[in-house]
Amino acid sequence: MSTVIKLRKGLNIRLAGKAEKILLPDVAVTRFGVRFADFPGLVARLEVQEEDKVMAGSVLFHDKAFPEIKFVSPVSGVVKEIVRGEKRVLVEVVIEQAGTDKIDFGAADPMKLSRAEVTEKLLKSGIWPVLRQRPYHIVARPGAVPRDIFISAFDTSPLAPDLDYVMSNTHGGHLQEGINALSRLTDGKVHISHEAEGSRVPELKNLKNVEFHAFKGPHPAGNVGVQIHHISPVSKGEVVWTVDLQDVVAIGRLFGTGFHDRERIIALAGPGVQNRKYHRIRPGASVSGILKGNLKEGKFRVISGNVLTGKKISQDGSFGFYDNLVTVLPEGDYSEFFGWAAPGLKKFSYWRTFVSKLIPRREYELDTNLHGGHRAFVITGHYENVLPMDIYPVHLLKAIMAGDVELMENLGIYEVAEEDFALCEFIDPSKTEIQEIIRSGINLMIKEMN
Amino acid sequence: MNFLLKRMKKIEPLFEKGGRFEKLRSVYDGFATLLFVPDKVTSRGSHIRDHMDMKRTMTVVLIALMPALLFGSYNIGLQHTRAFGINEWTMMHMFWFGFLKLLPLIIVSYLVGLGIEFIAAQIRGHEINEGYLVTGMLIPLIMPIDVPLWMVAVSVAFAVIIGKEIFGGTGMNILNPALTARAFLFFSYPGWMTGDNVWIEGLVKGGGLDGFSGATPLALAKLDGFAQMPSAMEMFIGTIPGSVGETSTLAILIGAFVLILTGVGSWRIMLSMTLGALGMGLLLNATGGSGYTQIPAYYHLIMGGFAFGTVFMATDPVSAAQTNTGKYIYGALTGILVVIIRVFNPAYPEGTMLAILLMNVMAPLIDHFVVNANIRRRLKKIRTA
Repeated sequence: MSTVIKLRKGLNIRLAGKAEKILLPDVAVTRFGVRFADFPGLVARLEVQEEDKVMAGSVLFHDKAFPEIKFVSPVSGVVKEIVRGEKRVLVEVVIEQAGTDKIDFGAADPMKLSRAEVTEKLLKSGIWPVLRQRPYHIVARPGAVPRDIFISAFDTSPLAPDLDYVMSNTHGGHLQEGINALSRLTDGKVHISHEAEGSRVPELKNLKNVEFHAFKGPHPAGNVGVQIHHISPVSKGEVVWTVDLQDVVAIGRLFGTGFHDRERIIALAGPGVQNRKYHRIRPGASVSGILKGNLKEGKFRVISGNVLTGKKISQDGSFGFYDNLVTVLPEGDYSEFFGWAAPGLKKFSYWRTFVSKLIPRREYELDTNLHGGHRAFVITGHYENVLPMDIYPVHLLKAIMAGDVELMENLGIYEVAEEDFALCEFIDPSKTEIQEIIRSGINLMIKEMN
Repeated sequence: MNFLLKRMKKIEPLFEKGGRFEKLRSVYDGFATLLFVPDKVTSRGSHIRDHMDMKRTMTVVLIALMPALLFGSYNIGLQHTRAFGINEWTMMHMFWFGFLKLLPLIIVSYLVGLGIEFIAAQIRGHEINEGYLVTGMLIPLIMPIDVPLWMVAVSVAFAVIIGKEIFGGTGMNILNPALTARAFLFFSYPGWMTGDNVWIEGLVKGGGLDGFSGATPLALAKLDGFAQMPSAMEMFIGTIPGSVGETSTLAILIGAFVLILTGVGSWRIMLSMTLGALGMGLLLNATGGSGYTQIPAYYHLIMGGFAFGTVFMATDPVSAAQTNTGKYIYGALTGILVVIIRVFNPAYPEGTMLAILLMNVMAPLIDHFVVNANIRRRLKKIRTA
């Protein structure tokens, strides 16, 4: 096996409320939605209207710049509502499920298909958007051939599901087919990164056509961007693709059965949930099913994704396109008397200014309070400690804020995504919205480069 | 506390735009957030945030300053008794004497500095920056005790307005504000900032013991008065004349311990600056020469403002180098410069302040080279690929 890549930088946030490894039976919901905000940088063109009938796999909308990138309905039913926000900006396409009609895109062995045929099948079936590219961390642009394709087989973010457990409960053996399909798309390799410690389930261990990499270290070691940086970084002019492990299964399922079916196993976790378990769910499904009667008393925030990078949704909101976790977190809308001066026995922190560093607990309750006010950058030398990349975070952020495209390029904007900076944002005593700045920098690059 | 919170919430609208006291918004904000961490929740990006904020960061530095402040107070009293031949004072007596002499300096520094900060925050529509809580404490500690209060006020105003606010406020300044205040007085009113009399309470007005000299060890070293210099132990403990907070290396080391333990102060700068000064001192020892160059190298670490500057001034994250590699270079060069200025500059016995200010100016350049090395590494990957 390959050598272990050890990362020392990073931080495991010991948030209370991990999901128990029990897979609950499916809960039926009829409300599904595809949210536009799940695809940063996308300008969408609708192909359906309200009241239109759709099948699982019917096109809902496409990318204006790349019309061949289609976004399809996860289920069959009726387009119930096209939700728009301020200035009529598209928010979500809501589908009321009815029936089980699905489009057959035709099963095929990817190893016997050409690159163009594999690409076409992925595009047509609407599975394509699961492929994302670096630079920019956006839906992969068809036409380019990626140097390599990267998959992370473990998730280190707070309360993340155990992907080993997920894989051992994912049946059908479509993972290998998915890998085969991906291997047709690149001249390079398909890389899978796994945790150095812990047993790898046979579903992963016996894969062929892939190169394995072992990682060891705290979050964000499981972030695919960090892994790429240590395996083979993205330089200017290069493109690599990344895919979520469960979406490799979905790709395999497409080639094995001919249907668009992204059913996946997710964890329901967080301090606000009574019964924290694993669930089988389709992206887009309303989370009301798994949350019903399962929330504790109080004011909570439902997050599709993890607490660092996820999106806030309502209690019947749609599960995100790329997520594998629903977290429920207490809202922190309270005022704390001299909170900044308290010794902090129960306060989790990166900083050694809290008593909790001396008497550590196994788990901490955290909430959504900002714990301070916005300030200018003052502290130095700490953001680097939670970013295991050869990148100067503050210099990159300042280059973005100054709009200096050349400097951003030189400082490594092509390698990063906002999720890689989430911990910098977490520890920041100046409470800067770092992820938002990174995304605005990426958006500026996209604009400048086209 | 609920009662208090309710009262505060009730009067809050008065300070908002259109309210009766809207011009005092920044003042209200400053006090409200001091009493209560606001109920503001995350709306973008990460849903959870660390409990650490700027108030806590600055408080840690203030705590680290306490040993130097307490010892400084005692030392004011001690030096006074020595100069005026007072024998009957107890330690507590000396402390309270010194503390009450020091208090007006602290009050003036905070009143003037925070006043300007409140106005600046009001103009900019920002929240109050906590940076001045530290600066405002540093300034009295690097002044001679007998400095007139109006001079403190003028120097604080100069430092905050010219040294900080015109660059864009906290986080944007190039020079350390506290040292800017001291440098301003140093060049404007040298009579109050140098010499043998200003370091001891009351000595400027005369009346000291016959033959008593309030000269600092640095001044003695400068004039080849090695024989009269206090022992190394005295200089380490700090029972010597000097600026209020700078004399006790021991008290400052306790502060350094706090800063390094909490991660708030940069150990890289402290270590490299100490090694830089020590190395330069040893180099001078080795060159032969005579006089000042032959002073034991470690004396440089316990004389004058070196320890205080190293721990509390050079480490100011805003004006120091910001990259880890840059911090080593910045610290080492500052340490070397301190010794060079002390030994070779004919005019000033002390070099810490000027060395740090000079390196503050150089810090962005150092960072520039460090960051450029990172850029070159990245470009090289493209070429070899």
